[in-house]
Amino acid sequence: MPELGRAALVVTLGLSLYAVVAGAYAARYRRRRLALSAQNALLGAFGATLVASALLLAALVRNDFSFVYAAAHTSRDLPTGYTISAFWGGQEGSLLLWLLILTGYAATAVLLNRRSARDIVVWVVPVLGGVAVFFAFLLVAVASPFATQAAPLDGRGLNPSLQNPYMMAHPPLLYLGFVGLTVPFAFAVGAMLARRSDERWIVATRRWTLVAWTSLGIGQLLGAHWAYEEVGWGGYYAWDPVENAALMPWLAATAFLHSVMIQEKRGMLKVWNVLLVLLAFSLSLFGTFLTRSGIVSSIHSFTQSSIGPWFLAFICIVVLGSLALLFARLPLLRAQTRLESLVSREATFLYNNLLLVALTLTILWGVAYPILHELVYGEQRLVGQGYYNFFVRVFGLPLLLLMGIGPLVAWRRASLRGLALTFAWPLGVAVATGLLLLPFGAGSSIPGLIAYSFAAFVLASIALEFARGTRARRALSGGSWPRAFSDLVARNRRRYGGYVVHAAVVLLAIGVAGSSAYDTVSERQLARGEALAVGDYRLTYERLEEREAANATEVRAHLRVERDGEELGTVAAGKNAYAAERQVTNEVGIRSDLATGEDLFVIAEQVNADGTVYFRVFVKPLVNLIWLAGLVFLLGAVVALWPDAREQRRLAVRYARAGVAQET
Amino acid sequence: MTAALVLGALLAAAAVLLVALPYLREPRAPDDTLEQPGELERRQLELAEARDRALAALKELEFDHRTGKVSDEDYRALVGPLRREAAAALRALEPRAEVDARVRNRV
Repeated sequence: MPELGRAALVVTLGLSLYAVVAGAYAARYRRRRLALSAQNALLGAFGATLVASALLLAALVRNDFSFVYAAAHTSRDLPTGYTISAFWGGQEGSLLLWLLILTGYAATAVLLNRRSARDIVVWVVPVLGGVAVFFAFLLVAVASPFATQAAPLDGRGLNPSLQNPYMMAHPPLLYLGFVGLTVPFAFAVGAMLARRSDERWIVATRRWTLVAWTSLGIGQLLGAHWAYEEVGWGGYYAWDPVENAALMPWLAATAFLHSVMIQEKRGMLKVWNVLLVLLAFSLSLFGTFLTRSGIVSSIHSFTQSSIGPWFLAFICIVVLGSLALLFARLPLLRAQTRLESLVSREATFLYNNLLLVALTLTILWGVAYPILHELVYGEQRLVGQGYYNFFVRVFGLPLLLLMGIGPLVAWRRASLRGLALTFAWPLGVAVATGLLLLPFGAGSSIPGLIAYSFAAFVLASIALEFARGTRARRALSGGSWPRAFSDLVARNRRRYGGYVVHAAVVLLAIGVAGSSAYDTVSERQLARGEALAVGDYRLTYERLEEREAANATEVRAHLRVERDGEELGTVAAGKNAYAAERQVTNEVGIRSDLATGEDLFVIAEQVNADGTVYFRVFVKPLVNLIWLAGLVFLLGAVVALWPDAREQRRLAVRYARAGVAQET
Repeated sequence: MTAALVLGALLAAAAVLLVALPYLREPRAPDDTLEQPGELERRQLELAEARDRALAALKELEFDHRTGKVSDEDYRALVGPLRREAAAALRALEPRAEVDARVRNRV
């Protein structure tokens, strides 16, 4: 039923447009019923988008190739899981997913906050509606997923590199993150339009930002794991513009999550926080623009892209419009207090913010430079990995260190004598770690050695925070140590959840440093029975096998693996040939040693007709810590996100007493 | 095709019904003005935020001192101004509390 799909999207567009016009009128002229009507329009827009999405999904699952989108992204022999993930495998489906998540978030955010922040929510509705209008317009007029044709016998299938379990979760998580940043943006703009400088927009959007940030973080890690397994070049992050597209808003949101605490604790950085929210949302739009407009491959494909110019125009409107509004509201956003000392918790947060924003803008320049160069000189000039690696060390290592310093410094100010006492243990652990690692060859990479020492410092400071906090809690309320520990975390979930996230970042840093600074590689062509040595491993090429899978022909070269004379089993690497998609992909072989976190990573670069195979083999120390970091990150995020009944009661009392909350 | 058109029309009708709902529920509302916090409520909210901020800072300082993160010297330097800040925030909110108490007594 493509007609119904098109009709549903037209309804979404109409409702979103109504939310903008009616919502803005109601907010400006204080019309109660009209404001409720505009809020209902947003709820309706979600319902209509849900209908459109269900119809597209049904067309994909039923292999209805009369839908151009289904024919372009699925085939009859595509496994069902990938048929479903084809929903976001192409441009039109991705945009529909954006709209679905956006309208869903918008409806939920409005429903949850229309009592406590009703004077802000009336302005949030037209802002959210405005973003929805843009995406609904693209789907109705520019890139419809419901275009039809005379049905071919079979579809063209899904890009083989997307036929990977990680790709079933990676794009939706990224979209949950990209779109999630719309909510804090809408509340920040709504608060400015309503001329409110209190903290309600921050309270209302704290969890949304955390959810978006967590989704983006986990989505990126899954994407990195996909690249590691599927792209088959031996790495997990290549500073590709599409990868950077997700990293930039994540970094901006990370900065916001830190600086917002300064506003909550000290009433400072109001303008900066709004700026960070605008930056994070604009970068999430820019990220979608990068991945969807074709501008990454060249300016020419951008100009030929159906959605590229629309996106660029929308980004310009968002950036210029929100900056103009911020400028107009500057007097309202004046700070209530000033930074008392450069040695204080808020100062370390400020340094952290400056470094995060500097890193974000550096990456943005690396992404934009080839595009601008092509625009001016007519030819692309690529920014190499060296550029990014240099700035990651320049900004990333101090950031890592600050993660350890921040928790140890008190708010407002700290004396140097007090700091010396607090820092003694973590500093000792860091120096001891560095010295201990030297005999193991860690000195071969100075940045690697520094990263490990800093990582030890951060882990020691986190452990110290938990230990001291638990001891103090036990002294205050008695009871057992586990009870004191759980009380400690429950009383300040955001702080201790944040520490767990910091531990995840440390694991990530150790994994990245280990696998990139200390990896070993060996490559050569082997005939059956020949062996190759890499690090402590010896791999013997045993046999070549071919088999027919559901939608591909799989060729695998099997190698026997030995380490220091001990046989460890086999590893298989090869290629898949996809008939419907007419593509061949590299299928790497990975043998993980979970005890050491090390991977043996095998690429069958070339499989020759005479049975010889050209292998490239990596030994990647500690790489599995990167994936473990994802689990720890998720744990920390869940702790920070867990509802705090005590805080909710406190806020309810605050709003009720101030007379800003609507009676239930 | 016909079924799709009928379903499409139904969807559009449902959308119209949804946005018209506030007017259908209250065709003649005695007061259609959107209630918004006035200057007094906004000031009260700002004061309540300042009070909560000061009290939270005081609580955090006490805890950090207890854990040993804040030295005795730093604690002594910080606790005075924080207490004064918290007291000022509480005093600023007091008139409203007194008014509330008077209102409650009258009722």
